[in-house]
Amino acid sequence: MSKPKLALYWASSCGGCEIAVLGLHEKILDVAEAFDIVFWPCVMDFKYEDVEAMEDGEIDVCLFNGAIRNDENAHLAHLLRRKSKVMVAFGSCAFGGSMPGLANFNDREQMFNYIYHDSPSTDNPDGIVPQQRTDMPEGELVLPNFWNTVKTLAQVVPVDYYLPGCPPEASSIETAVTAIVSGELPPPGSVIGPDITVCDECPREKHEKKISRFYRPQEIIPDPDTCLLEQGLFCAGIATRSGCGARCPQVGVGCRGCYGPNEGVYDHGAKIMTGIASVLDADTPEEVEAILDTLPDPAGYFYRFHMPDSLLRRTARTNGKKLLASEQVAASEL
Amino acid sequence: MSENGTFKPVIVGFLCNWCSYRAADLAGTSRMGYPATLRDIRIMCTGRLDPTFVLRALEKGADGVLIMGCHPGQCHYQEGNYKAIRRFALLKRTLRQFGIEEERVQLHWASAAEGVEFAKTVAKMTEEITALGPLEWSRNWPNEDPHIYAEEAAHE
Repeated sequence: MSKPKLALYWASSCGGCEIAVLGLHEKILDVAEAFDIVFWPCVMDFKYEDVEAMEDGEIDVCLFNGAIRNDENAHLAHLLRRKSKVMVAFGSCAFGGSMPGLANFNDREQMFNYIYHDSPSTDNPDGIVPQQRTDMPEGELVLPNFWNTVKTLAQVVPVDYYLPGCPPEASSIETAVTAIVSGELPPPGSVIGPDITVCDECPREKHEKKISRFYRPQEIIPDPDTCLLEQGLFCAGIATRSGCGARCPQVGVGCRGCYGPNEGVYDHGAKIMTGIASVLDADTPEEVEAILDTLPDPAGYFYRFHMPDSLLRRTARTNGKKLLASEQVAASEL
Repeated sequence: MSENGTFKPVIVGFLCNWCSYRAADLAGTSRMGYPATLRDIRIMCTGRLDPTFVLRALEKGADGVLIMGCHPGQCHYQEGNYKAIRRFALLKRTLRQFGIEEERVQLHWASAAEGVEFAKTVAKMTEEITALGPLEWSRNWPNEDPHIYAEEAAHE
């Protein structure tokens, strides 16, 4: 019997997910043993044409990491979806948009203006900006179209399973791979992993939470045994799925929220917001505002991993026009 | 939503069972006039209001969201409205970063005896949102995807 065929691809992501697969260490050999790897551009030499030449549904499992932010990402998502029996959104970017998805707080024009003209480290006296099409003696070069709004994999093609994490922990990958190999898979559309929060796995002592200000990580040295949120450090563990073993809080860093929302949650950011707001030790709007002044960029904290996947998905679209007065306030605060 | 070309906003109201919903009742039974822009939803307490509800309302097409509860110190559950104050402040800051005007989501208090106050609040908010115009959040994410097929077709 031939081995099941496995494809891995990265779209808009940092490459950490690829490292995470290699982070299986010697277990990677088991993966190579169990699967026939037919496409993995990061590690092995395959071309897009190789995938195009395959039969539809020829690939058994595709682990797709990265958000969808341009035509190339989308093209590969469609192509791999067509060629794969099981499509897994691998890692936070494919699942919720993650870091690339934070671009949805701006639009394409704003981003290009900043990157190619306005950023303090930009030296571009001739105002050169990349063109999508360039004529060369050898022919026309075309860059993929850069989208105004970053999307998740599931917003572009149907996804069978989600494996959260930035990157997914080796144990999570193992669970997923084992499930796929044994065929004991949860119903399609499921997130592979336990439905508990990071707090459930966090060994820190928890008491009644009432905080009178937030601290940024560089401002205090937290007590090693007490809940970080109680000490005023932002921690998204209250509303974030676990499966990571609460690794960040254990080393004194608040949970960033990379494993995403728990089952049945519409909007990860809103759930973190609810949790964070309820620990504020304040009764009047003035007192609340004073505490919140110590938490810069709240939306960035709440939607760090699930902006494109949130209910509102992006900020008001400006198309490079003048910002709304309300946005200008936000920009100056950041 | 528009009638005869004039914009009539849709405001989703989350009213607490013990004060503001009664205030709305009072405004109705006293036959007070106020714009028919509010779609009220009764919740047991403003402390029950998850920010998800507000975001969902905006995403589904509401032009504004009005949250109303008991005056501070008068909560039927002692301190639910204090929780609402905290959540609302954080929600407001977040919405600002999303580029949503502050007037679109408001928190007000009205006791069961304040039907007049309730009607006035709805009238004032309707005026403010009418001035801002429709939110139409869905126009924010046109599908960019078909573009790639157009591109490919052009090259084939």
